[in-house]
Amino acid sequence: MSVISCRNLWKVFGESAHTDLSRALQSGEADYASLVEQGCLPAVCDVSLDIARAEMLVIMGLSGSGKSTLLRCLSRLLDASSGDVVVDGQNLGELDKKGLIDLRRNKMGMVFQNFALLPNRTVLENVSFPLQMRGQDRHTRRARALEVIELVGLAGREDYFPRELSGGQQQRVGIARSLAIEPDIWFLDEPFSALDPLIRRDMQDEFLRLQEMLGKTIVFITHDFDEALRLADRIAIMKDGAVEQIDTPDRIVLQPATEYVARFTEHVERARVVHAGTLAEPMAASVAQGDTVLETATIHSLARRLVNDTREHYVVVDEAGKAVGQLARSAALDVLLGSEGGAA
Amino acid sequence: MSASPALPAVGGQPAKASWILAPSSANTVGLGLILLAGALVLLKPWLPDALVRLPSLFVLPFADALNWLFEFVKDDLGFVHVTRAFAGAVEWLLDVTGNLLYGKNRWPRLEPIPWTVVAATAGCLGYWLGGWRLALLGTGTFIWVAVLGQWQWTMETLSVLIVAVPLAVLLGLCLGVLAWKSQRAERILNPILNIAQSLPHFAYMIPVVIFVGVGPKAGAIVTIIFAVPPMIRMTLLGLRKVAPEVVESGEMCGSTRWQLLRHVRIPTARTEILIGVNQVIMQSLAMVVLASFIGMPGLGQKLLQLLQSLKIGRSIELGITIVLLAVMLDRLSRAWAMRQPVHFDKGVPWLQRHKVLVAWVVLCVGFYLLAQVFPLAAEVGRRQALTLSKEFDAVVDVFLTFVDPVTLSIRAFLITSVLIPLRDAYLWLPFSAVVIFFAGLGWRLGGWRSALICFAFVGLISMSGWWDRAMITAYMVSFAVFLSALIGLPLGIWAASKESRARRALLACDTMQTFPSFIYLIPVIMLFGVNDVAAIAAVIVFGVVPMTRYTIEGLRGVPTSLLEAADMSGANRWQKLTRVSLPMAVPTIMVGLNQTVMFSLFMVIIAAFIGTQDLGQEMQRALSSTDVGKGLVLGLCVAFMGLLVDHLITQWGARHARTAGVSA
Repeated sequence: MSVISCRNLWKVFGESAHTDLSRALQSGEADYASLVEQGCLPAVCDVSLDIARAEMLVIMGLSGSGKSTLLRCLSRLLDASSGDVVVDGQNLGELDKKGLIDLRRNKMGMVFQNFALLPNRTVLENVSFPLQMRGQDRHTRRARALEVIELVGLAGREDYFPRELSGGQQQRVGIARSLAIEPDIWFLDEPFSALDPLIRRDMQDEFLRLQEMLGKTIVFITHDFDEALRLADRIAIMKDGAVEQIDTPDRIVLQPATEYVARFTEHVERARVVHAGTLAEPMAASVAQGDTVLETATIHSLARRLVNDTREHYVVVDEAGKAVGQLARSAALDVLLGSEGGAA
Repeated sequence: MSASPALPAVGGQPAKASWILAPSSANTVGLGLILLAGALVLLKPWLPDALVRLPSLFVLPFADALNWLFEFVKDDLGFVHVTRAFAGAVEWLLDVTGNLLYGKNRWPRLEPIPWTVVAATAGCLGYWLGGWRLALLGTGTFIWVAVLGQWQWTMETLSVLIVAVPLAVLLGLCLGVLAWKSQRAERILNPILNIAQSLPHFAYMIPVVIFVGVGPKAGAIVTIIFAVPPMIRMTLLGLRKVAPEVVESGEMCGSTRWQLLRHVRIPTARTEILIGVNQVIMQSLAMVVLASFIGMPGLGQKLLQLLQSLKIGRSIELGITIVLLAVMLDRLSRAWAMRQPVHFDKGVPWLQRHKVLVAWVVLCVGFYLLAQVFPLAAEVGRRQALTLSKEFDAVVDVFLTFVDPVTLSIRAFLITSVLIPLRDAYLWLPFSAVVIFFAGLGWRLGGWRSALICFAFVGLISMSGWWDRAMITAYMVSFAVFLSALIGLPLGIWAASKESRARRALLACDTMQTFPSFIYLIPVIMLFGVNDVAAIAAVIVFGVVPMTRYTIEGLRGVPTSLLEAADMSGANRWQKLTRVSLPMAVPTIMVGLNQTVMFSLFMVIIAAFIGTQDLGQEMQRALSSTDVGKGLVLGLCVAFMGLLVDHLITQWGARHARTAGVSA
């Protein structure tokens, strides 16, 4: 079951420029070009997507592609112009103010690009801020906040003020704050873009560690394709407000749906992205013997095997050791070395 | 995007073409109007009287209308009861602070706080906010005040500030939030603020006298009203500047609207709001000193008396006190605004964390006890007080014997060969020519809309019936501004040529801008006596400060890369200054000019009290006869002159930014 699902979502800025916007959107007559002609700025165009529980969806796009706007529609920081967003069976557009506040106080957490910490509050007070809004007493607030601060590795800095911390540390505070209320849904709006590259890498590792532990439903925004590949269960690539392709990293790399997506994947080292499981075919009758291959292994990590082990097929197994299919050596070598006839 | 084929593919070409097209028609109309004005001047001897001075038929009785309106609001609507009630509450507060600070015989009827305790408090506050230097400034100021026997007057002034500042801050904060919340409130408030900030101090006093009467409470209320506008502005600015992301983060934490305002927006706008508080304090001090004109006791009243009896030495003493007070209040409140929170490491004991607080308590208790034993620690009596007035007088006398010949000849020369001819020239101008000239100038700078605005401003002044007085004010201001620019511009260029010098000069300008305007009268009266030259000299000293300051800031703001590019192109210093730095700095310098004009207008009106014959003098008369209509009309005339210049310079700046791509 999907936790978040949105249907035909539109967000158009400068709505007043259009004489009959809502009708045009609902009837499906509107498109990007016609709206721009009318003097509107369509930021999200007819997006439909579903996010499953504990899934990490990364929305990738260049600046101006509408990814941040889409995220803000999913959290209803912005009201959509048309279309529905359903969160846990509740239609966001129909929630009143109180319902929305309740939802945010109990189910949603969000991390921001520029940290968005309150400069006058210490780390502890920042992290306990959502709990304070919820009206919890000082004691429980403090206990819970210390717990989360420990979780993000900032123990001992509770009394620091944001300006006394480095960028990476500040974002850890932002992450801790968003986790304080134990949300089910976690929104991250380019959380690592403002950090320098080395720190960014550390934070991504840290983030993966947290996600492994917490298993939240995540919508993660980035403009960095490598980051998307590293983190995502699925990636949605956006351009001009529309989703060009939404798929697993492997499939996006192997089968880019559009020219635009292909341009992103061009320079990606595919062997590092594609997993054995993705290439696996159904088991043939003549089951090959010998060493098996883990389905979560990247082709790159199998490079030595592929060269040395000259069998035509390997058995692919899942983590429990159960066979899930077979991997053709030639197909794997194509990914590793690049096939001779162009795209795989 | 594809470039349209009809146009050459040069960036900005179409925009430029349309710009040249539109204003060029405006330019001809504007130029035509200006030429017409010139023709009117040349043809003056043959002009019908109606074009020289507005016939009295068209002079509208604004003053009577305003008087009627005020009477109506005051008596028929019973507004006077509201104001009296409010004034009563303010008076009660004033009585409390008065009792605590200088032992006024009112509730709670305690002993006045010993001066040593006040000095220690200021010292601790200074240390907490900005370390030893501010501690020294705080303590030093109060020691100076006490030792020179000015305690009573200073405390009278402070007791009003202590009441007026928080009220003004609160009022400004609420109105600022209101203006931020509702567009309509902002649209209503904005023009009111514009006018309010260009009305001279005296214009505020007369309505207050009508509604509240005279004395300390009137002084406090006029101070509150005068100090509110900057607070509204800064609150609005601060709330607008809060990053949208921070607000979103608050929303995502599930804040209600009130929580968002209380916990997110206002704390994040802290610096701007506290800068607003700083401005409230400085405005209040300037006003409190001037409020002596409506019977507000304290430093201002004393200074007024001393100046009127030409006791220069004592005036200087008092002037130093006011300056010290101003600098101290400014530095302390600014340090508060700029203060950044700092954490204490774990395990720092309570005593260490709160050492300033503890020290303060200990010092207060100590000095209280000391004051019980030694009365000198509680109060420095008149007889024990030191005075430097004799020394000051002696120094001033020696100084004057040297400069007197110079100042006397300057005075004589200025009055007979410059000021009087200039004044007569201004008065000689036909009013129609002035109106048309400004309309034409407005048209040239900002199109017909500006022309209409300028026409309205000048036209209203002529219809007020105070044309001649306004022209005298205009002549003093324009002459003073001209001289200010003549001094301030080279001074700024000189100061900006070296970084360390620039920084020192900016500090000096900052400091001088915190002085209440009244202070500037002391040295000029000392040098020139009581006449037009003194008034103009005071205006010049006052006006040079913003001119210098903005020149320095404009020159310092020129990007280094541009200067390096000029260097590499082989420009020498003079070429660099005239071809690169100055053109880039012009918008900022124009902002400075704008401020100089505003400051000059304010100062000219204040200087009325040393005997000028302009709007200011009439305003003082209106004040003494509590003629609210006349006072407000005069005030509005001054405000319109300021707004006219402001509008023209703003339009010029906008046009300059469009053409040159350089803005202030």
